[in-house]
Amino acid sequence: MSVLDREKIVAPMDYNRWLVPPAALCVHLCIGQAYAFSVFNLPMTKLIGLTDPAPEDWKLTELGWIFSIAIVFLGLSAAFTGIWLDRVGPRKAMFAAACCFGGGFLISAVGVATHQLWIIYLGYGVIGGCGLGIGYISPVKTLILWFPDRPGMATGMAIMGFGGGAFIASPLSVWLMGHFKTDTDVGVTSTFVALGVIYFVFMLIGAIIVRVPAPGWRPAGYVPAAQPRSLVTDQTVHVDQALKTPQFYLLWWVLCLNVTAGIGVLGQASAMSQEMFQGQITPVAAAGFVGLLSLFNMAGRFFWASISDYIGRKNTYLIFFLLGILLYAAVPSTAKMGSVALFVLCYGIILSMYGGGFATIPAYLRDIFGVQYVGAIHGRLLTAWSAAGVFGPVLVNYIRQYQIDSGVAKADAYTITMYIMAGLLFIGFLCNLAMKPVDERHHLEAENQPAQ
Amino acid sequence: MNGVRKDYTTQVVLAWLLVGIPLLWGVYKTLLNAWQLFQ
Repeated sequence: MSVLDREKIVAPMDYNRWLVPPAALCVHLCIGQAYAFSVFNLPMTKLIGLTDPAPEDWKLTELGWIFSIAIVFLGLSAAFTGIWLDRVGPRKAMFAAACCFGGGFLISAVGVATHQLWIIYLGYGVIGGCGLGIGYISPVKTLILWFPDRPGMATGMAIMGFGGGAFIASPLSVWLMGHFKTDTDVGVTSTFVALGVIYFVFMLIGAIIVRVPAPGWRPAGYVPAAQPRSLVTDQTVHVDQALKTPQFYLLWWVLCLNVTAGIGVLGQASAMSQEMFQGQITPVAAAGFVGLLSLFNMAGRFFWASISDYIGRKNTYLIFFLLGILLYAAVPSTAKMGSVALFVLCYGIILSMYGGGFATIPAYLRDIFGVQYVGAIHGRLLTAWSAAGVFGPVLVNYIRQYQIDSGVAKADAYTITMYIMAGLLFIGFLCNLAMKPVDERHHLEAENQPAQ
Repeated sequence: MNGVRKDYTTQVVLAWLLVGIPLLWGVYKTLLNAWQLFQ
């Protein structure tokens, strides 16, 4: 399959680099579907009963594992395929991601048709999850190489697509299920087949478009700074060596704590808004609130990552943590004031910084460890996401329940949680503050550095 | 001898439309739902 090899996709010197972000978005908009997988949960509890769940139908708790398995395999595949990806280039990686993600849907369709849940765990969870992980990191290094002048903005555009994928997937899935629904079928099988084909084709288009820059290529008019900023290295740190530096673990905690604070709130946003504004926010309005937060999450990925090109990654994260602390501390007051607009604004900014944290981290890694192994290092760092996916919701849910069990009113049950989130952000602030350039002994010697 | 520079403008516009249209459609649908919050 030589057409997939890195050597076959080296762009001519006059290639327009603005073709590369849409290629990355083709992949990220598809795999962002993962955030919208819950639209299948209720229909899949009625595959046999059709109108109401039958005793043989799957339970919601069993179905919840599909998404969890997918996220676990996202983290694992990103961590373990990073080095392979850096070697084979983005086209082969995107093709592999398309096969896994599209194929995962097709296998899951078999699972739904035969009513075998383990096939769906294997299809969407394991194989689709690998597609998520490979697809997520596949365009990162390529974008940084094409945009050495604005790496934050470039990776922010792609990772914005992951946040935006759910906006497309949710209404599309609902429409497809309605289209395929019959008196004897809820339409999930056919929807999975259709989505598998659509996503495979869309991701394949991204793989066809993507190119890597020729060695020595630079954007017109771009001259690398003679004296790089203090936290921006022009050296290379090997992925295995990066894991021996304190900087990797500081960044791991920076990402983990930033994500923990955001993900816990995102998961509970609907219930939280209704309980903090009893009588003011209805369930329908709460669903709108969740959608609005997702928009802030998506927009923040592009906005903050782009800003980081001008103010630096460390300063960007300093803003995330300091502003986050202030906003989390302010949220209980907005509820006491009864101001829905202020409440939405506070959470909107918090969620924009949650997304911004994801989108700015690849450029931060490039600044600290160099561009050569950024894909592989990014993959390893994404384990922080998996950990935060457990910490965040557990923290919010358990503390809320503990408060309610202790006799605190539901409207006030989130106050302590907000202060704990602010505390977590303060620890993240300290980790970010401790970031320093990597010690020279970890740098790869010039003769050992592979060509880009 | 210099080769002829290829113009990629059409491909760039088409590629951005390919990803931009579905994304804007999704954002529009989300904003419609979010409007309920302020009614």
